[in-house]
Amino acid sequence: MSEHTPTIEMRNVSKHFGSVIALSEISMEVHAGEVMCLLGDNGAGKSTLIKTLSGVYRPTEGELLLEGKPVRFKSPAYALDAGIATVYQDLAMIPLMSITRNFFMGREPTVGWGPFKRIDWKHADRVAKQEMAKIGIDVRDPGQPVGTLSGGERQCVAIARAVYFGAKVLILDEPTSALGVKQASVVLRYIAKARADGLAVIFITHNVHHAYPVADAFTLLKRGTSLGTFRKEAISREEVLNMMAGGAEMESLDAELAEFQRSDQEGKAKRGGNTASLPGDAQQAYVAGDH
Amino acid sequence: MKSNASPQPADTALVPQDERLRRIPFWKKALSRPELGALAGTILVLAFFLVVARGTGMFTPSGALNFLEVAAQLGIIATAAALLMIGGEFDLSIGSMIGLAGILIAIPVVQYGWPLWAAILLAFSCAALVGATNGYLVNRTGLPSFIVTLGFLFILRGLAIGISRLLTGRTQIGGIHQHIPGDWMAVLFSGEVATGLFGWMAAQGWISTNFAGNPVVTGIPISIVWWLGLTAVATWVLLCTPYGNWIFASGGDANAARNSGVPVHRVKISLFIFTAFSATVFACLQVMDTGSADTIRGLLKELEAIIAVVIGGALLTGGYGSAIGAALGALIFGLVQMGIFYTGVNTDWFQVFLGAMLLVAVLFNNFMRKKAMEAK
Repeated sequence: MSEHTPTIEMRNVSKHFGSVIALSEISMEVHAGEVMCLLGDNGAGKSTLIKTLSGVYRPTEGELLLEGKPVRFKSPAYALDAGIATVYQDLAMIPLMSITRNFFMGREPTVGWGPFKRIDWKHADRVAKQEMAKIGIDVRDPGQPVGTLSGGERQCVAIARAVYFGAKVLILDEPTSALGVKQASVVLRYIAKARADGLAVIFITHNVHHAYPVADAFTLLKRGTSLGTFRKEAISREEVLNMMAGGAEMESLDAELAEFQRSDQEGKAKRGGNTASLPGDAQQAYVAGDH
Repeated sequence: MKSNASPQPADTALVPQDERLRRIPFWKKALSRPELGALAGTILVLAFFLVVARGTGMFTPSGALNFLEVAAQLGIIATAAALLMIGGEFDLSIGSMIGLAGILIAIPVVQYGWPLWAAILLAFSCAALVGATNGYLVNRTGLPSFIVTLGFLFILRGLAIGISRLLTGRTQIGGIHQHIPGDWMAVLFSGEVATGLFGWMAAQGWISTNFAGNPVVTGIPISIVWWLGLTAVATWVLLCTPYGNWIFASGGDANAARNSGVPVHRVKISLFIFTAFSATVFACLQVMDTGSADTIRGLLKELEAIIAVVIGGALLTGGYGSAIGAALGALIFGLVQMGIFYTGVNTDWFQVFLGAMLLVAVLFNNFMRKKAMEAK
């Protein structure tokens, strides 16, 4: 896509936990203004990979390059400072704390000096409300506990926070998996917006239908190794799906479902009822849309 | 970073009141504050004793100072315990630290002729070391602080007795009063403030005087100043500073906090140091007041502090609570203790009341937290 240095690059990164090889020789690069979709089944190493990127783990072997420079993060705080923001699946949100407190956690805006340095609550509340409004969530009171928000709204607080603090790399761990259709589309639209703003986005999911519309490239993980990176132009939705889930299993499932549908229609025809079949798309979504 | 950006264009657009934001009555807003239960409890207990202990002298200025002093001593350690509990940890070694700090002040002064200020500094340095050790072990081992500090409850008490017996052959060391006058640091921990004001008020006939014409209450004991001061500082820190936000975050979910860049380990170590510091302040006040140190001082104070903090609305699991609540918890404690004394009820019943109070407070807090989590 671009000839520039990638915003973030992994070179032959491996991560071992004792005798367990969680990641083996992973190489991947993501450019600014690009969404890299990381696909893989449970246990494929997705979580380990992003935790390595975000400074929770240090790679056993290999190196990380941020804008061409090798980096080694001592903790997530260093990765954050370097511009790598991660929105975790288990939500880095604290339910009993207010939206504003969560939004600015670890990076509170202050006014005053010396011992009188204090959080600028007015500014903080306004920004939290405003940033949430930008992604289409109208927070009534930024002082209300995050625990009162729905899952999708919490996810959006986390994403809005990452973007607001000027992340260069945005890592999203299953941001849509716990969401309803409508809220998932809000998040997906927001991902597209982040890409347009020039962020490098790494989007982890195992839902191809969420991944395909926003992704520019796909990296497939399986049992700790990479099956390769594919540009969107070079691969179809079905191919992605096949590689991810093991084509044979999906095909047999497809066949089974077709059988169900056929017998269903026969039953309806006998009762003289509605013979309309499921639209193809909906069926497809049912097959692939696990979770 | 964008946080320093100039005011954003949408500012003005947001000024109009959100029509869905129902005006929440003041009392309803107050319901979501952690200290509400303690405030209600304080009013209840106060009202109870105003009626029952009427005419016993409990609510004369000198009587009030009595229960305020009890509250102040407990309040000093409860404030620190509250911050620590909000940060997600306990410190059971507070009581033993009080005993040890007293010994560390008394022995160098009485036995080796140190100036008082040097001995006080020694005690504070040791407290910082103990607090840091507690914090380091909790962080490093991942063990519950309950276990780590339970260990130190015994270690510190044992050290106090051991050191004292080894160096002086006794477990009680007296004779400190004579070292207090003229010591610049002792001033911080002994005597009263605003004595001039009280003298003046007595001269105006506003407060009662004894037969010699001196006011019955000559000033505000320094412990009350420490209590109010520490509560004010802790409240400021919790509500207004980034560090306060980190305390809530560390206690709410240490992992999430760490992922957001909060230095959780540093926060916890500093909180453990603060509890040890507060225990040493307590010890200083007590040693200056009584003129002696005793290895068994501070027994069970750690649990009393926890009771005050929980009555004050803090969650045992961390992430929620307030310093004002802890101060009110301590005030209830003082009111009940002195109230029982003044009303002539057998003081044996004090502990029954305390335990019952604790249970009621915890139940009430759980209920309130559920309320807070319901969509408003």
